[in-house]
Amino acid sequence: MSKESLGSRLASFVSGGLVRVFLIVVGLFWLVPTIGLLLSSLRPPEEMTVSGWWEVFSKPSELTFESYDKLLGNSDITDSILNTVLITVPATVLVVVIGSLAGYAFAWMEFPGRDWWFLAVVGLLVVPVQVALIPIAELFGNIGIFGSLIGVILFHVGFGLPFAVFLLRNFFAEIPRELLEAARLDGAGELRLFFRVVMPLGGPAIAALGIFQFLWVWNDMLVALIFTDADSQPITVALQTQVRQFGNNIDILAPGAFISMVIPLVVFFAFQRQFVSGVMAGAVK
Amino acid sequence: MASAQAAGGGAPPAAPKSRRSVTGTRRAVAALFLLPALVLLGALVVYPIGYSVFRSFYDQSGDGFAGFDNYQALFTDDGIRTALKNNVIWVVFAPTVATALGLIFAVLTERVRWGTAFKLVVFMPMAISMLAAGIIFRLVYDQDPDKGVANAVWVGVHDTFAQASAFPKAHPGRESPLEAAPGGGFITKATVSAGTPVSLPLVGVAPDQMPDDAQRAVQAKADPSEITGTTWQDFTRGKGVGTLGGVDASELGYAGMKIEAVKDGKVVAATNAADDGTFTLPAAAEGAQLRLPPDNFKEPYNGVDWLGPSLVTPSIIASYIWMWAGFAMVLIAAGLAGIPRDLLEAARVDGANEWQVFRRVTVPLLAPVLAVVTVTLMINVLKVFDLVFIIAPGSSQDDANVLALELYRKGFSEDQPGIASAIAVFLLLLVIPVMWFNIRRLRREVRR
Repeated sequence: MSKESLGSRLASFVSGGLVRVFLIVVGLFWLVPTIGLLLSSLRPPEEMTVSGWWEVFSKPSELTFESYDKLLGNSDITDSILNTVLITVPATVLVVVIGSLAGYAFAWMEFPGRDWWFLAVVGLLVVPVQVALIPIAELFGNIGIFGSLIGVILFHVGFGLPFAVFLLRNFFAEIPRELLEAARLDGAGELRLFFRVVMPLGGPAIAALGIFQFLWVWNDMLVALIFTDADSQPITVALQTQVRQFGNNIDILAPGAFISMVIPLVVFFAFQRQFVSGVMAGAVK
Repeated sequence: MASAQAAGGGAPPAAPKSRRSVTGTRRAVAALFLLPALVLLGALVVYPIGYSVFRSFYDQSGDGFAGFDNYQALFTDDGIRTALKNNVIWVVFAPTVATALGLIFAVLTERVRWGTAFKLVVFMPMAISMLAAGIIFRLVYDQDPDKGVANAVWVGVHDTFAQASAFPKAHPGRESPLEAAPGGGFITKATVSAGTPVSLPLVGVAPDQMPDDAQRAVQAKADPSEITGTTWQDFTRGKGVGTLGGVDASELGYAGMKIEAVKDGKVVAATNAADDGTFTLPAAAEGAQLRLPPDNFKEPYNGVDWLGPSLVTPSIIASYIWMWAGFAMVLIAAGLAGIPRDLLEAARVDGANEWQVFRRVTVPLLAPVLAVVTVTLMINVLKVFDLVFIIAPGSSQDDANVLALELYRKGFSEDQPGIASAIAVFLLLLVIPVMWFNIRRLRREVRR
C-alpha cells in the first residue's frame, strides 16, 4: 500500500460521507411509500380522508386496528384470502412436481429428439401470458371450467412450467452420474430413483423454483381477473374492484393491500437466498 | 468421460455423448415422465399461440375472414396508437433507468458496511404484488398535498422558495369602499387623506384559512401626519357582516396584507398590515388611492398533478422502477462480485481515479450482465399491466394506456377478440428475438 497524501485521504473521507448520505436518501425513497401504506392502514378511516399518514407522528395515540377489524369481518375479503391460498398452493406444488419429472427426463433419460424438445420448452420461457388470455378463456368456457379455481390453477401451471423445466433440468444435469448409477445398481426403480435420489439432491433448485412460483401466483392479478368469478376470486382481484372508488375507501384498500403483502414479505425475508437464486436463474423469464 | 463410456456398456466408443440414460431407461418410462409437462404446455401455451395467430385474421364475431384488418387497426385505432406510443416510452426509459440505478446502487453499496441492509430495502418491492405497489403509489401520488406524500414534499420545497398567499378567496362585500383594480387585486374608489382612518374591509376568507397570527381587528387611530387604516375580514360568523364596513368585536385583521398607495398609476408608498389589520403609510400617500395588489389573492400552490394526462406515464414508470431497480441491483451485484479485485486495484495503482475505474474497468467487465438485465426488463415492460390498471385514475387511463391493458380492454370489455388477438401476436413478435437468443445460447450448452 502506498502512502496516501492527506489531501486524498480527506477527499475519500468526504466522498465516503457523500456515498452514505446518498444511499440513506435513496433508502428513504424506497421505504417511505411502504411505510405510508402501513401507517395509512392503522389510522382511523375518517382521518384518512382529510389528512396524510404522517400526521400520526404528531398524534401516535390515534393508531388503531379498526380498519383491519372491519376488513376481516368482511366475508368477501376473507373468502378471497382463502382463494389466494387455494390457488397458490396447488399451482406451486404441481409446477414443482411436473417440472421435476420433465426436468429429470430431459437431463438423464434418452429418447429421440430430446435436446430439441428441451430447446422448444426453453423457447416458451418468454411467451407473454397475454397471448394465451383469449384462447384459454374460450377453451375453458367450452369445457366448463371458466371462472373456477381449477382453471386459474391450470393456467398458472402451464405458464410456470417452461421456467420450472429449464431450471430443474439444468440443475439435475449437474448431479454426479455415479450417484444415480449406484442407486440403480442397488436395484432402485425409476420412481424410487426419482423420489429418493433426484428430488432430495435437487433441493436447492426446487426451493428456488417453489418460492419463485409461489410469489408469482400469489401476486398475480391479471390471470385471476379474467379466469375467476366472484366466488373464486383471490385477494388481488377483490381489492382491484375497490380501486375505482379510490379515496373513499382507503380504509379497505390500505389494510387489504398490506394483508396481501404479509405472506410474500415473510417468504421473502425467510428465504432470501433461494429467492435471489430463483430470480437470477429466471433472468430470462 | 471414462465413466460415461463404462456406463454406456456396449455403446460404440466412436460417438461419445455427454449424457445418456442412466443404464437402460425404457422409452415408455421417459414418455410417462414427460407427458404431464408436455400436455399442459401444449394445451396452455403452444395451442394459444397458434389460436391467437389464427384468430387475429378473423373478424370480431369469429365468423368472417378479415385478412390484415385487425393488424391495420393496430396503427389506426386511437387507443392502440396511444398504447403503442406509451409502450415505446416504457421500453426506452424503464429498463435503462432501472439498470442504471441498479448499477449505481450495486457499486456504491460495496463501500458501506450496511450495504446488505440497503440491498434488502431496495429489493423488497420485488416480493410484493403489482396491485399492492399500485395502491402504495396511488397514495403517494394523491393530488392533495395534505394527503399525498409526493405533493406534500413538492409543495413544501416550492413554498420555501415562493411565498404562499394568505387570502386566496377574499373579495369586497356589499357597499364596499373597494372595487376591482384594473391589473387584479382591489383598489379604493376614493382617495385617502391623513387624519381620516381608512377602512379596507373584505369578505370570503374561510376561517381555517386565516393566517395563524391574525388578531382581533382594531379600528385605526386618526393621525394628522400619516395615513392610517385597517384591513380586516368584515364578517362575523352567524351574524353576517355585523356592522357593515365597521370593525366588530369578533372580526379578525388581515395580518400581513400588502397595501400600496397609488398616485397617477405609480406606487408612492407600500406597507404590510399588522396582526390586528392596522397599517400606517407616510404622508406622501396623501391623495392617493390604496390598492391591495393581486399577489395577496393568488391561489395557494397545489403541487403537481402526478396522475394527470401529461405526467401519468412517467409517474407510473417511476413506480415500476421502484419495484424493479432491486432486481437489476442484485443481478449486477452478483456480476460485480465475480470481477477480480486485482484488476480494479491495478487500475488504481496506475493512477486511475474512482470514476475512471468505474467507467473504464467495471462497466466494460459488467457489460454482459447489464445487457441481460436490460433485455429481461424490456420483456417484462412489454407486459406491464397491473401498475397502469391500478395507478392511472379513470380520467387519465386512456392517456396511460399500454398494449397489455388495451389487449385486456379490447378482448374482455369491448368484445373485439380479433383486434385483441392481433395485439397478442404483435407482443409475441416483439419477444421472438429474445426467444431465439435464449435457444441459441442454450443449444451450445446442451451440446457441450
